[in-house]
Amino acid sequence: MNGQIFEGLSLTEIREINAEMSHYEDKTAVSIEALRIVQKHRRWVSDQCLVAVAELLEMSPAQLEAVATFYNLIYRQPVGKTVIHYCNSVSCWMLGSDQVRERLCRHLNVELGEMSADGEYTILPIVCLGACDHAPVAMVGDELRLDITEDAVNEILGR
Amino acid sequence: MEIMDKPLTKNIRPDRVFATLADYESTGGYQGLRKAITELQPKDVQQWVKDAGLRGRGGAGFGTGLKWSLVPVDDLSQTRYLVANADEMEPGTFKDRMLLEQDPHQLIEGMIIAAYAIQAQRAYIFLRGEYHLAKQRLEQALLEARSKGYLGEHILNSAFSLEIVLHTSAGRYICGEETALLNALEGKRATPRAKPPFPLVSGLWGKPTVVNNVETLCNVPHILHYGIEWYQGLARGVDKGTKLFGASGRVKHPGLWELPMGTPIREIIEQHAGGMRDGYKLRGFLPGGASTDFLLPEHLDTLMDYEAVAKAGSRMGTGVIIVLDDKTCPVKMVLNLEQFFAQESCGWCTPCRDGLPWTVSLLKDIIAGKGRIEDLDTLAGLTRMLGPGNTFCALAPGAMEPLQSALKYFREDFERYIAMEQVQ
Repeated sequence: MNGQIFEGLSLTEIREINAEMSHYEDKTAVSIEALRIVQKHRRWVSDQCLVAVAELLEMSPAQLEAVATFYNLIYRQPVGKTVIHYCNSVSCWMLGSDQVRERLCRHLNVELGEMSADGEYTILPIVCLGACDHAPVAMVGDELRLDITEDAVNEILGR
Repeated sequence: MEIMDKPLTKNIRPDRVFATLADYESTGGYQGLRKAITELQPKDVQQWVKDAGLRGRGGAGFGTGLKWSLVPVDDLSQTRYLVANADEMEPGTFKDRMLLEQDPHQLIEGMIIAAYAIQAQRAYIFLRGEYHLAKQRLEQALLEARSKGYLGEHILNSAFSLEIVLHTSAGRYICGEETALLNALEGKRATPRAKPPFPLVSGLWGKPTVVNNVETLCNVPHILHYGIEWYQGLARGVDKGTKLFGASGRVKHPGLWELPMGTPIREIIEQHAGGMRDGYKLRGFLPGGASTDFLLPEHLDTLMDYEAVAKAGSRMGTGVIIVLDDKTCPVKMVLNLEQFFAQESCGWCTPCRDGLPWTVSLLKDIIAGKGRIEDLDTLAGLTRMLGPGNTFCALAPGAMEPLQSALKYFREDFERYIAMEQVQ
């Protein structure tokens, strides 16, 4: 997405954001949903997108930026096609989340938060995914992956 | 009669993916709602839930019926809201996800009854953004409930109407705190609000708002359908009903089980979780999530009741146990917990914003062999400074619970790191 000329939010994005407004008392309440909608279409929220969303919701960009930077799942930097969130909370930590992180980063030759050279993946930590009986776990895109062994890491990255 | 023993999980079966509307109705689903709306006044529903003795399953254990009864209903034209807190993010806790994914109608029915009891016109499900499967299942279930007349205008041909909106969060632990959750729903940074005013009086957009945990709401339909006496008969201890209990860590069979309130912790760890894995011994455990005090093997006979766990020196919290084995370093475990809390602090009030990173840095120094014995006094001081009464919300006090109990029970582990430094 970098380097492309920004031509404003798409009609689809605007339509989806407007549809959310009926569920809330005022426009600004839609801010988080709006950022998620933009991110769904563009993978991340660029400065231009942020300003465009702020205009649509009649908020100041600073006010929207405060929201965007607060939440873990809003990306303000480019990410790969698939974001892998590995859980680093206590149960997964006990059962090997550090090794999961090392394997993922080593296989892709990236640091946490970086995009892999082919643009496919970004690895990020995430707090407890609520599947501690199958630790260690990760979320690959939208999909929860349980009991992540070394083989499972290869399989996740190989497909 | 097994179904009657496990009301919350009766529809969750290994032979099916999840309970559809037809599955849910076939075991008495939406009968509690029918009874509430066609036979009882809102005040009666509150009284039923109060008399049944249901207490909040999100961690705090406040009486659910009592909470509902504190909502001002003198002006019936005023807007009121109900919010289901489905922002499960307490490390080591995985109970609400199962309820949301496997039997979504149970939550929806509970919400409609709760909304009727407080005469709310709109309800929100505040769902964790990471729970994608739960989102799909809830969306489908909401459509089904609407098409059957359980939800929407004139529910079951009564005067009561309700709309339920599914809101997915964008991820922050603090959103589980009810006033921070309300700010998040309003599209703001999720910083907690000063109380009073309490959300029951002035909540979402300044209107009376009840926030209930998913598991709490899932209890409600059964109380209405099967009655108060039956509900009270489910429990083995002082508190009423059943609860989802679980265990993770190096136990043989980590998992989640619906058991009577008042089940001894020993039974959960030794029988249901199958005891420790071969080669590991039980060193201690957090009884109800990351923000509860450590307990020791000597506390295994404690009952999972709010007061009983408090008497042992901890909290029942979410009721999902994190087990510490003898080969995991408790100091490093506490560091992992404090890193979580430091990261998830919203930064609104100073003790939490500054105190948690300070805690993390002291623990890191100790583990790196750069600690001094005075650091343990500083950590103990922090547990007081970040404790109850000094912060806007319960995040920092919760963060201090595993630390203060680790300093008490595992002091020799801290001292060993510090002694290592002395000989170098």
